[in-house]
Amino acid sequence: MAKVKGDIVVDIEKCKGCELCVVACPQDTIALSDKINKKGYHYMVKIKDNCTGCENCALVCPDAVITVYRKTGKKKEKVATITNVQKDMTLEVN
Amino acid sequence: MDETIVKTEEQEFLEEEICVAENLVYRRPKTLTDLDLHYCPGCGHGVVHRLLMEVIEEMDIQDKVIGVAPVGCAVFAYNYMNIDMQEAAHGRATAVATGIVRVLPDKLVFTYQGDGDLAAIGTAETLHTCNRGENILIVFINNAVYGMTSGQMAPTTLPGMVTTTSPFGRDVNKMGYPLKMTDLVAQLPGTYYVTRQAVNNAGNVRKTKKAIQKAFQYLQQKKGTCFIEVVSNCPSNWKMTPVESNKFVEEKLIPFYPLGDLKSPKEETK
Ligand SMILES: Cc1ncc(C[n+]2csc(CCOP(=O)(O)OP(=O)(O)O)c2C)c(N)n1
Ligand code: SF4
Repeated sequence: MAKVKGDIVVDIEKCKGCELCVVACPQDTIALSDKINKKGYHYMVKIKDNCTGCENCALVCPDAVITVYRKTGKKKEKVATITNVQKDMTLEVN
Repeated sequence: MDETIVKTEEQEFLEEEICVAENLVYRRPKTLTDLDLHYCPGCGHGVVHRLLMEVIEEMDIQDKVIGVAPVGCAVFAYNYMNIDMQEAAHGRATAVATGIVRVLPDKLVFTYQGDGDLAAIGTAETLHTCNRGENILIVFINNAVYGMTSGQMAPTTLPGMVTTTSPFGRDVNKMGYPLKMTDLVAQLPGTYYVTRQAVNNAGNVRKTKKAIQKAFQYLQQKKGTCFIEVVSNCPSNWKMTPVESNKFVEEKLIPFYPLGDLKSPKEETK
C-alpha cells in the first residue's frame, strides 16, 4: 500500500522552463509542456500521478513556482471507544 | 437492489484530496515579493534568494534583517527580498554593511555579492571587513564569470575556461590563477564561520540552507563575520542549458572549489 503520496501545484506564468526540476525529480513525474506561457517559455507540467512530495523540484527551482503537498501514512481509524475509565485499569491492545 | 461499494483502504487513501493546507510541505516564502525574478532561466541567483528568504521567514527575523545588494546581476535583489535593503557601489557592499551594523548593532546585516563584485573590484573591502570581524554575513555567489556584463573572465574563472575575454581559455601564465577568496578569508582571525556550498542539486540546496540558518544564528550571537560562498552557474554566459550548466558545476567547478566548512566554530568541531 502506498504510504506516501504527494502533489505539486505550479505557477505556470512564473515558470521559465529551465528544466532543473525535471532532472531533480526522482520519479520522472514532471516534464516541459508543449504549450508556452505568456512569457514564451515551455512551462513544467505533471505527466504522471506518482509524486511522493519529496520537494526536490521545489528546492532546485530558481523562480519559486512550485508548491508541494505530501500526505503520509494511513488514516487513523477508530479502534475502540473507552468509556468509564477507572483508576488502575489495564488495557491490552493486540 | 441497493448496492454498497466497498472501497479498500488503499483506494480511499489514494482518492483523498492531497492539495489541502494540512498536507502543505513547501511553498514560496512570503518574504519573497511576488515579482517575477529577472534572472535567466535556471540561474542559481534565484535559488539563493529563495533560500535566504526562507530562512528569514522561518526564523521570524524579517524586521531585524538588513540586506546590502551588489552591482552585478543581483543588483535588483532589493526588488525581490521583502526586507530592508540598501544598494552599494560596485564591490563596496561589505563597507556599506560595516557602516550599517556599526550604527545599528542589533540588526542582522548581510551582503549578497557576485564574484566580480566581491573578488575583483571589492577584494580590499571584503578582506578588511573580514579582518575586522564585522558582525555581518557575506553571501558570495561564485559563478566564475562577470554575468551582468556578458561573461568576461573573473578572478574566479577556472584555468583554461573560455570566457569572452579569454577566448582561448584562461592562460594562468598571462592572466594569473583563480582567486580562492573563501580560503583566504578563512585564514583571518575576524571570521567566525566560513563555508563553501553549492545549489546545483537538491541535496546541496538543503545544505546551503542549513549554512544560512547557522550564519544568521551566529549573527544573533554577535560572533563575527560569517562567509558563505555558493558555487553557482551562469548558463547564459557559459553558453549552456541550465541542466548542462549544473553538470559543469558538478564536474568542473566543485572539484576546483571543494564544498564544505573551511572554518566552523570550535564548540561544533569537537
Ligand atoms: C565601478 C564599476 N565598474 C564596473 C562596472 C561594470 N560591471 C557591472 S556588473 C560587473 C560584474 C558583475 O559580475 P559578478 O559580480 O560576478 O556578478 P554576476 O553578474 O555574475 O552575478 C561589472 C564589472 C560597474 N557597474 N561599476
Ligand atoms: S547572466 Fe548569468 S548570473 Fe546573470 S542572471 Fe543570467 S545566468 Fe544568472
